[in-house]
Amino acid sequence: MRLTVNGKPFEGDTPSVLALVESITEARRGVAVAVNGEVVPRSTWNVTKLGDGDSVEVLTAAQGG
Amino acid sequence: MDLFENSRLILGTGGANSLAALEEAIVASGTDLVTVALRRVDAAGPGLLPMLDRLGVRVLPNTAGCYTAGDAVKTARLARDAFETDLIKLEVIGDERTLLPDGVELLRAAEELAADGFTVLPYTSDDPILARRLADVGCAAVMPAGSPIGSGLGISNPHHIRLIRQSVDVPVVLDAGIGTASDAALAMELGCDAVLIASAVTRADEPAAMAAAMRHAVLAGRLAFEAGRIPKRFHALASTSDEGRARW
Repeated sequence: MRLTVNGKPFEGDTPSVLALVESITEARRGVAVAVNGEVVPRSTWNVTKLGDGDSVEVLTAAQGG
Repeated sequence: MDLFENSRLILGTGGANSLAALEEAIVASGTDLVTVALRRVDAAGPGLLPMLDRLGVRVLPNTAGCYTAGDAVKTARLARDAFETDLIKLEVIGDERTLLPDGVELLRAAEELAADGFTVLPYTSDDPILARRLADVGCAAVMPAGSPIGSGLGISNPHHIRLIRQSVDVPVVLDAGIGTASDAALAMELGCDAVLIASAVTRADEPAAMAAAMRHAVLAGRLAFEAGRIPKRFHALASTSDEGRARW
């Protein structure tokens, strides 16, 4: 499955949002996900399927004023 | 909830050289509310949130870098999911050179987020009318810029800050432009309920020392405001009575 994750090509066996998040960061609290521009609430990560061509943003806390 | 129950100083975390320097500054400032941005995990780097959790400070997520209401609303919803807080420092920037707010987009985003249950703290300009409109659509506070972000120019229009204080019933937070302790004290003397400071602390030669200075300045300014300053007058008014003075 080919995805775009945080602007870069990503290939992996990550059928759900939860699987993808687990594959790229150990952090849970402070992480948010959008798929194709739509917010995917944390409570639905495990049931939200990813498909070929999806664009995913995985975000977390950074220093900022 | 009283936003400023424990401290009238909100610390922005942007601009610090290292997490260790930031941690020292947070502790020295006495704040319990700090801003964070939302960025891609690969760019953000680890450690910030665990450090803030360890210090027991609350997180105020921002929408830094957003130029449209739509972008800011989406970022706010992501921040709520990430940090499990309804607090949002709403920034909708108008242009890169000034980093001043786009009032039209800001008001639109504020209205949508307030209706969606957010506690909206908008970074706004020092326009008293816009501040009132933001309060009217349900913002929990208004945060006028003293001068452009990171400029250190202080409060360029104190009269407008005072007017804003008189125009709205929600807390007023002086956000952006503070350069040194006297600027923070002035903000409080003008009646602001709190100040938000980032660059002035994080980019100071000694961030922790400047954070301590800001803490004292905010306390002093607030005390002076509550104490009620003397009116300014053109001529002198003797403080020592002439009565009983020896005559020769």
